[in-house]
Amino acid sequence: MTTFIARRLLQAIVVLAVVALISFTMFRYVGDPIENILGQEATQADYNELVDRLGLNDPVPVQYFRFLGKALSGDFGVSYRQRRPVTQIIAERAPATLELAFISGLLALTGGIVFGIYTAINRDSYLSHAIMTGSLIGVSLPTFLIGILLIWIFAVELKWLPSFGRGTVTDLGWWTTGLLTISGLKSLILPAITLGLYQLTLIMRLVRAEMLEVLQMDYIRTARANGLPERKILYSHALRNTLIPVISITGLQFGSIIAFAIITESVFQWPGLGLLFIDAIQFVDVPVMAAYLMLIAVIFVIINLIVDILTYAVDPRARGTQPGSTP
Amino acid sequence: MSKAIKPASDPTSNEDEEGDRTRLQEIRDNPIVHSFLKSPVAIGSALIVLLMMLAAAFAPWIAPHNPFDLATLDLMDGFSHPMVPNEFTGKTFWLGSDDQGRDVFSAILYGLRISLFVGIVAVLFAVVLGVALGLLAGWRGGWLDAFIMRVADVQLSFPSILIALLIFGIARGFIPATERESAAMWVLIIAIGLSDWVQYARTVRAIVTTEKRKEYVLAARAIGCGPWRIALVHILPNTMSSILVIGTMGLALAIIAEATLSFLGVGVPPTQPSLGTLIRVGQGFLFSGEWWILLFPALTLLVLALSINLLGDWLRDALNPKLR
Repeated sequence: MTTFIARRLLQAIVVLAVVALISFTMFRYVGDPIENILGQEATQADYNELVDRLGLNDPVPVQYFRFLGKALSGDFGVSYRQRRPVTQIIAERAPATLELAFISGLLALTGGIVFGIYTAINRDSYLSHAIMTGSLIGVSLPTFLIGILLIWIFAVELKWLPSFGRGTVTDLGWWTTGLLTISGLKSLILPAITLGLYQLTLIMRLVRAEMLEVLQMDYIRTARANGLPERKILYSHALRNTLIPVISITGLQFGSIIAFAIITESVFQWPGLGLLFIDAIQFVDVPVMAAYLMLIAVIFVIINLIVDILTYAVDPRARGTQPGSTP
Repeated sequence: MSKAIKPASDPTSNEDEEGDRTRLQEIRDNPIVHSFLKSPVAIGSALIVLLMMLAAAFAPWIAPHNPFDLATLDLMDGFSHPMVPNEFTGKTFWLGSDDQGRDVFSAILYGLRISLFVGIVAVLFAVVLGVALGLLAGWRGGWLDAFIMRVADVQLSFPSILIALLIFGIARGFIPATERESAAMWVLIIAIGLSDWVQYARTVRAIVTTEKRKEYVLAARAIGCGPWRIALVHILPNTMSSILVIGTMGLALAIIAEATLSFLGVGVPPTQPSLGTLIRVGQGFLFSGEWWILLFPALTLLVLALSINLLGDWLRDALNPKLR
């Protein structure tokens, strides 16, 4: 167990170091950082002074480790465009994205499990066929079209829900939340569905496939033969064994939810990290791009690590597939 | 080549009158052609894709006017409803017109041209890169294999749209501001291609590692073929049917990726709008009631992506009956 965790930890650190190297390379070589900080009217003396102050004449490895050290303490420099510390901008934008991602993840998980179980148990009902066909369309529709479609129906035609922004948010000092006001909650509905729909269909198909497989197993037949109530067989015997892969996939998908939030945030003008990143790309605001990249990498790596360790701890079968482990 | 083949060798053709098979029948009995003719979905989607490709290729000749030649636009034509004569000029636009009097149908044809071009070239780029790296990894093995596949693993754990966005952003930083517009399409192609090579590399590597242990490789070596000749001439052709299937599906994904990036405003410049750009523009008119500016480009994108996917599905089943 310890060697397994140690190896995974080492891999995670290597991945992060590589991503940090990419971030650093962008930071240092994409555009001219000095020109971007000083603006057009700077003199050559100002230029040289800043080069010295930022240590850009030092050997590149020294600069890389300085970048790493600063990144570890949460310092990603100043945004070229907004002229404010990147960390501060990201801290302002993060709550919007995290709230959206969390609600979508929850929606995808509950919806996926409920529909997955239903379609597995009632394989041939009309509703199951409708759900499965609907899910196929849901997968082939690009995310931004789903968002636009929802805006068209619920904001333009029916006028039930707002089509952009977060609504009224409550400021808790270090966190702004839209979950405490009616307009905040109403604004969350459409973006959350847009972002969660793809993952929902993914989880639903997974639950359905796993459930169908588990229901074929001998121990389910034994449970039936022993006369256990069908409800108990389905929910306490079959479902429990279905959930291990579901939990690991959901965990891994949470990272992609945060990444796909870029598209959803752009459709709904949701003031989160994704919109920040798109703006940064358009204006080649390299510090923001580098910081966003590092943040996403950290989130991905941590989630991967947790999922791996959890799967390893929960499911003894997963251990056998690890190379080097003793059976 | 002889036009008739003796029937005795083929027991399935005994329903033919004299047993003589013409060239046409020979083609019809090819398992892939046969499966194609038996599948209405495959025929339908192939027709749609073919039609759209032809429409895109011949857009300048088919389109009622060049939507980006400002001289041909008349502001009085603006916001014409589909199929309804304009109240000022009396002109009728099949799919309506936008705020500047631009024919939506023509804009779609030109947009399709750019979407398909970017999609196809990006997939070709990804295929060439992925197949080359996969072949190298599988054939050479060792540290090179480990290195390439580890890079692939890391890239695969991030969503490809994020990778494409990032590559696009970095490339923009390197290109001087004055040339960004003209280079945007090629940057987009490279970004989508680089974000998508992994699946080709993994597939080719998997096939190569199993194929290289087979006897025909040993035989080729025994008669004195060099290692690269074996890899390119003997092993590579065995990967082609899988690459064709993944590539077809990949084309749909690349077209959607291009549309998504253009929709996000980081794709092709507004002077060369693709379907994604048209959807982005159309979204703005949704609230004022001009739904046709959005709906028709969106439908075109959907039908195109869906048809390519269905074609890919059929191709997978036809080329590999065991997978059914």
